[in-house]
Order: sequence, then structure tokens, then C-alpha cells
Amino acid sequence: MLELRLAWRNVWRHPRRTWLTVAAMVFCNVLLVFLIALQLGNYQMMIDNTLQAFSGHIQIQKAGYQDEPSLRKSIDNIRDVESSLNDYLINQQSASNANTPSSSPRYHISSRAMGFALLSSEERSYGVQVIGVNPDEEPSVSTLPGLIVEGSFFESGQLENNRKGIVVGKVLANNLRVNIGDSITLLGSGRDGTMAADVLVVVGIFESGMVDMDRSLAQISLSHFQELFSMAEGGHVVVIKANEFSQAEGLYQAALQWLNASTVPDGQDLTVLNWDALHPGLKQAIQADMGSAIFMYAVLVVLVAFSVMNTQLMSVLERTREFGVVMSLGLRAGQLARLVLLETSLMAGLGLVLGVIGGGILVGYLNVNGFSISGMEEMASRFNMSPVMYPQISFISIFSGPLVIFICSLLAAVYPALRLHFLRPIEAMRAV
Amino acid sequence: MRMESANEIDSLQSPRSVSNLRIVATLAWRYLWRNYRRTLIMLAAISIGVWAMIFMTALTRGMVDEMIESSVKTFIGHVQIHHPQYRSDPSVNNSMAPPSQQLRDYLDQSELNWGMRLRVPAVISSERESLGVFLMGVEPDKELQLSKISNQINVGRFLESIDDRGIVIGAKLARRLDTELGKRVVIMTQDPDNNIADKGFRIVGIYHAEIASQEEQFVFVGLETAQTLLGIGEKVSEIEVQGSNFRNVDGFYQVIKELVPNEEVLPWTESDPYLGSMLDVMDGSIYIYIVVIFLVLSFGLVNTLVMAVFERVREIGLMLALGMRGRLIMQQVLLEILFLLLLGLCLGNLLVWATVWPIRDGIDVSVVAEGMAMMGGGSTIYPAVYISDVLVANGVVIVLGLLAAILPAYRASHYDPVRALNKT
Repeated sequence: MLELRLAWRNVWRHPRRTWLTVAAMVFCNVLLVFLIALQLGNYQMMIDNTLQAFSGHIQIQKAGYQDEPSLRKSIDNIRDVESSLNDYLINQQSASNANTPSSSPRYHISSRAMGFALLSSEERSYGVQVIGVNPDEEPSVSTLPGLIVEGSFFESGQLENNRKGIVVGKVLANNLRVNIGDSITLLGSGRDGTMAADVLVVVGIFESGMVDMDRSLAQISLSHFQELFSMAEGGHVVVIKANEFSQAEGLYQAALQWLNASTVPDGQDLTVLNWDALHPGLKQAIQADMGSAIFMYAVLVVLVAFSVMNTQLMSVLERTREFGVVMSLGLRAGQLARLVLLETSLMAGLGLVLGVIGGGILVGYLNVNGFSISGMEEMASRFNMSPVMYPQISFISIFSGPLVIFICSLLAAVYPALRLHFLRPIEAMRAV
Repeated sequence: MRMESANEIDSLQSPRSVSNLRIVATLAWRYLWRNYRRTLIMLAAISIGVWAMIFMTALTRGMVDEMIESSVKTFIGHVQIHHPQYRSDPSVNNSMAPPSQQLRDYLDQSELNWGMRLRVPAVISSERESLGVFLMGVEPDKELQLSKISNQINVGRFLESIDDRGIVIGAKLARRLDTELGKRVVIMTQDPDNNIADKGFRIVGIYHAEIASQEEQFVFVGLETAQTLLGIGEKVSEIEVQGSNFRNVDGFYQVIKELVPNEEVLPWTESDPYLGSMLDVMDGSIYIYIVVIFLVLSFGLVNTLVMAVFERVREIGLMLALGMRGRLIMQQVLLEILFLLLLGLCLGNLLVWATVWPIRDGIDVSVVAEGMAMMGGGSTIYPAVYISDVLVANGVVIVLGLLAAILPAYRASHYDPVRALNKT
């Protein structure tokens, strides 16, 4: 207690010096809290928007399909595979949540078939990716059905509508010069090499804002796809979309277990792909960005540490006589060093508290209201982000920066504290 | 006022003020080393700060320059001319006449690289698969300067003339089509009358691109071959022009725009708004970065100076009492910080040189190559030290550093001598 009081008073020996040092810490802390929260928020938005749009968090595919997709690398009886996996996941979930049996599923699941075809309207032809989707399940695993701007997505139950209907992206519709109700001729080749051809009616047009998708995707119903492309009951991917990103890893592990548990019909050559395998660029872009950000943070932290080291060195040097006196009275160098470190912790603690409060208020405000930087829209859309950014509030985003600065400040004070061990009381008392 | 300024000029020229300055400079230098540990810590902080400013800027610049240059070489060019509707509807109907003689003369005289292309969506089919691609009808000799494609041939050869009968496709596309060099593929596309135009081509070359998705996107045939296939005579989809530097495009862009009033003429910043905004965002963020580092540094600078003045209040009081003018005290404090800043800058710039030199051949970031590709970058970062960035970083530190020092210096020069002398 005595030490604490002593340290506190020493900290305020030179209020201006202390405040300047604390101000450096607070400035850095607020900056780090803001930047880290913004970064984490942006990463999460990038991941969520990319995964929820279409790919989902986890996919089951034939081995090798991801790298070189081909109509022939299909999963036989895909609905059976889907329900087998679904049963396994539900069993697992109810096993782990035995006391809350009525919990709703943590995920949504659906099957798709994918192929390539030439779509022709009266005026134009474009080669596009055609996706066979399950009209009932698709809206729960992808945001595209919710982004229909004209017409509607396939309605469940209306078989005739689904059979001949096609949903296309906005850019594709413009390029083909078609509207709702117009006919499109689909031309492709089926799994067995036969011709896949049909005349379809545009029932819906979606606009995701991701130009690549809007330009090159068309959806038809899974059953019609299977019929057209001679797929029998086959398909290409089973998509799992987790309700929360945090659950994705658990679901991935469960799906792996399912794969190993030989419950798979026919023992097909399947693989389970996690989101980072589905979008290798996404994770690496985050890593690359994180790398350069950490470099910048490190520089800021080092500069603050120098500032603290300077302040503490000054405060030790100017007290040489005082220290000489107390040492000749019997205080040991170690105790004085502890005092100096205690002073530093008080100062750094003040910086930490003020920084966390300041940064927390800033981030809290922006988390609710969001903010945007003009001129960033193009860059944002490249990474599937909306131009309005929302910093993330979490323990890591708020505390990691300030804690690192706190620790580095203490480390910086070690040098001044160690110098005390070289102090000789007699000489020190005579020092000017 | 006039009297004073006249005096000042007078005193500046007089030998006495020169000797004053020398004394003040000597004092400032000695004061700087009075507490050498403190000075060394500050020197370390300043030089690391300056190093970080320039080094990080150099890496960012290098990355973005590389990004832009590689995009420019990927069929974006510096300036492109299209039919006004082509970009929203890249159909063969939206092609345009080849460049007029006037435009040709201008482009050739200005020593700009330029070429024409036919770029239309098409379907490529092997025996096993069909996929959508862009069919590029190119002038092979022009592509040598305009794009990287002719240097990226893995197997076989690039096209040899505009009426070459072969086709060049990407390695990944070849794998997906399950085809190889020497085999035949069929190209299907749409002619201006909405009829399907198709033709078989023999694969004469397979290219490898840095970004794998490109390999699936573009297939190349001779320009004339493509024009014949589509039956559009001499028409082309785009004319691309490249100068020597992506930063100096506006000059010839304006002239071309005048010469081609009926078509859409776009500089690269507008053909690829992502890249254009990238350049602006980068320029902005570099300066923010430099200023932020300086701000963190400035707390330490001001602190050091306040302490340095504080611990010699009595001396300053004594000097004032002996008749030294306040202005000289202020000069001396400012010189002290100037020496500190200059020394720190020297060390910092040396450090930049010492760290950039070993990595001048690039830093390998291929572990995150696909992420870099997503951002549009390559898998190697070459540091690019711009003289202007070095000057800005050094300038910011000196100017803002001296500004931050003005208040403590001013206070020091306005002490009341009697009080200052009595201070314990």
C-alpha cells in the first residue's frame, strides 16, 4: 500500500511529462482499437457476404471437382447423400444437446448440380454456368433467391412453373435482352454426351451486386437439370450453410466424421471442403492484409515504448540523489526497481483504461451507425463488401491493442529499472 | 515594424549575428549530448519512425505499381477505344470500324504502342466438355508489346500472323476441356445476324497466366481469322493504346478523344475503376500513415524537449539575466530539436537503404498468392522507393517536428529571469 502511494505520487511528479506519455498511449490505443475492430469487422463482412451469397460454409463434392469442375464428376443419388449427412448432423446435434432437444438446427443444407450451357435469346447468345437448385431448400442456403429484383424465385409446389422456369442474373438478362416471361433456348451437352436442349421461360432476375455472378449464373430446378443433362439422380455439390460463422468449424468436423463413418451410400469418392478451401483467395487476402497491418501496429507500439522508456529513464535519472539516500537507509536496488515498474504500470494502466474507454466509445458508436469512406466503393465491391463499414466489438478487437501496448510499456521500463542495480549510494547522493 | 525588420536584416548580415548563431549552435549541440541516453532513445525512435514511413510506403507503392502494370498488360492498356455500347453489351454487333488514317498517324508519330482486338463471348468445346470463354482475335506482333500473353506460352507457340489458323488456350482451360496441344476444339459464337458461327481450330499453343482464372477466360486466334469467322469485314471490338508510364496517360488520352469523337475512349482508371480507386486510396492512405506515425513520434519529441528545457530553467534564467535575448534562447532550443531531427532522419534514411537494398529483387509472398491475386497483385512484392515519398516523409518530420517544438521553445524564451533563477 505504501509502495502504491509512493508510486502514484512519483507518477505525478511532472504532470506534463506524465500526461504527454499517457497521451501517446491513449492516442495509440484508440487508434489500435479502431483499426483492429474495423479490420475484424471487415473480414467478417467479407467472409459472410461471400459465403452466404452462394457457396455456403461447407460443401461435399466429388474429389477433384473443386479444382477442375466437370459435369462427369458428379455424386450419384445426391438427395440420399444429402439426407444421410443431414441425419448424421441432426443425431450429433441432439446427442450434444441432450437437455435441450427442441433446439432448432444450426445449419441449412441443400443440393445442387452445376453445368455449362449456351443460353440464347432471340438476339443474343452467351455461355453461362447453369445451376440446378432445389426450389424448396435453396433460399435457406443462398442469398440469391432473396435478391430477386424482377419476377420471383421458383415457388415450391408449382411443378410446371419450376420445370420450365429459369432464373438469371441482372447483367445476363440485360446482355441477353430478356425480361420476365421471355423464352431462352438452353443448349448444352449432357453427362452421357447427348444433346441437352430446351426452351425455358425467364421467371426471375436476381441482382447480387457481384458482377461476375450477375453476369454468368442461371438457375433452373434440380429435377429439370437432372433430366436435361442426363444426370439420373445425380448432382455435384451438397451445400451446408451454418447459421453462425462460429459454428462452421464444428459442422465441418462433424461432416468429416460422417464421411469417415462409412455411412455414405455407395462409398463414393467424396471430399468435405471447408470455406477456406472453397475460397482460398479469401483467407489469403485476409492473411496478406493482416500481415501488413501487424507491421504498422508493431511500429506504433515500438514508438510508444520508446516514449515510455524515455520518460522512465528521465524519472530515474533525476532521482539519483533521492535513490542514493533511500538506498543508504537500507532499501535494496530490487525494491526500487519494483517501484519504478509499479510507476510504469500505473502510467500504462491509466493509458490502457483511457484508451479502452475512448476506443470503445468510438467503436461502439461506429458499430451502430457504420461509416464509409468516399472513393472506397469500388474496392469494397471487389471483396463483396458493402461500402458502409461496421467495426466489430469483441474482447479481442477492444483489448488486444491496448494490452500489447501495456506489456510493451512495462518491457520498456525494464532498462531504466535495471540501471538502479548499478547505483552506488555514496556516489548517487553526491550526484547533481 | 519596418524599423525592426530593417534591423533584423542588418543584424543578420553583421559579423556579430554570425558569431551569435555559431555560439547558439554550439550550445544547442552540447545541450543535445548533455543527457546522451535520452538523445539516443529519441534518435532511435525518430529513425525507426522515418524508416517505417518510407519502408512501408515503398512496399505499398511497389505492390500497387505491380498490380496496375500487370492489369495494364492484361488487356486493359492505358487507353482503350470501344463502341459506346460495347462495355455493357460485349456483343459482335457493338464492334466498330478500324482506326482512321488520322488516328493511325497520330499513334505512330507519338511512339505509342497500340493494337486492335476482336473480343467476343464464345463457347469452346472439346470432345468432352463445353465452356464459356472470351474469343480474342489479336494481331500477334502487336500483342508482343501490349500484353504478356506471347511470353507466357508454356507448350507450343503463340500465333504467328493475323490469319494464323491455330488457337492458343490457357493451361487450366486445356485441363478442364480434357484436351492438349495439337488437338482440335470447336469455337461457337454469334455473328451479327444472330446466327451461330462455328469453326474448328487446332491448338497450337498453351499459355500459363499468373492468375489462374485468366487461363480459363481468354482464348486467342488471329484477328483476321476471327473477322472472317464472324463475317464482319475489317471491324474490331477494341483499340488499345499504351504509353510509357501509367501515370502519364492524360496527354494522349485527350488527343485520342478528340480524334475519335463517336466512340467511347477510356483511360485505364475508368476501364477498371477498382484499379483507379486503388491508386487514389493508396496515395491518401500513405499520407495518413506518415502523419499517424509522426503524431505518435511527436508526443515523445515534445516530451523530451519539455524535459530538456525544464531541467535547465535556472541556466536559462542566468543567461537571460546576463542579457542574452529571448530570441536567441528560442533559436537555441529550436536548433537543438533540429539537430536531433536531422540526425534521426539521416539514420532513418540509412536504415531504409540498408533494408530495401537486400530485398530489391522482391519479397516472395507466394504463400498468400491467391489472396494477392484477389486483390489484383502478384506473388512477389518489389519495393519501390519514390523520391517524392522520401521527401514527404522527411519534410513532414522536420516541419511538423519544428512546429511541435515552437511552444516549449517560446516558453523557454519568455521566462522571467528572476523567477527562473530562483527555481529549485
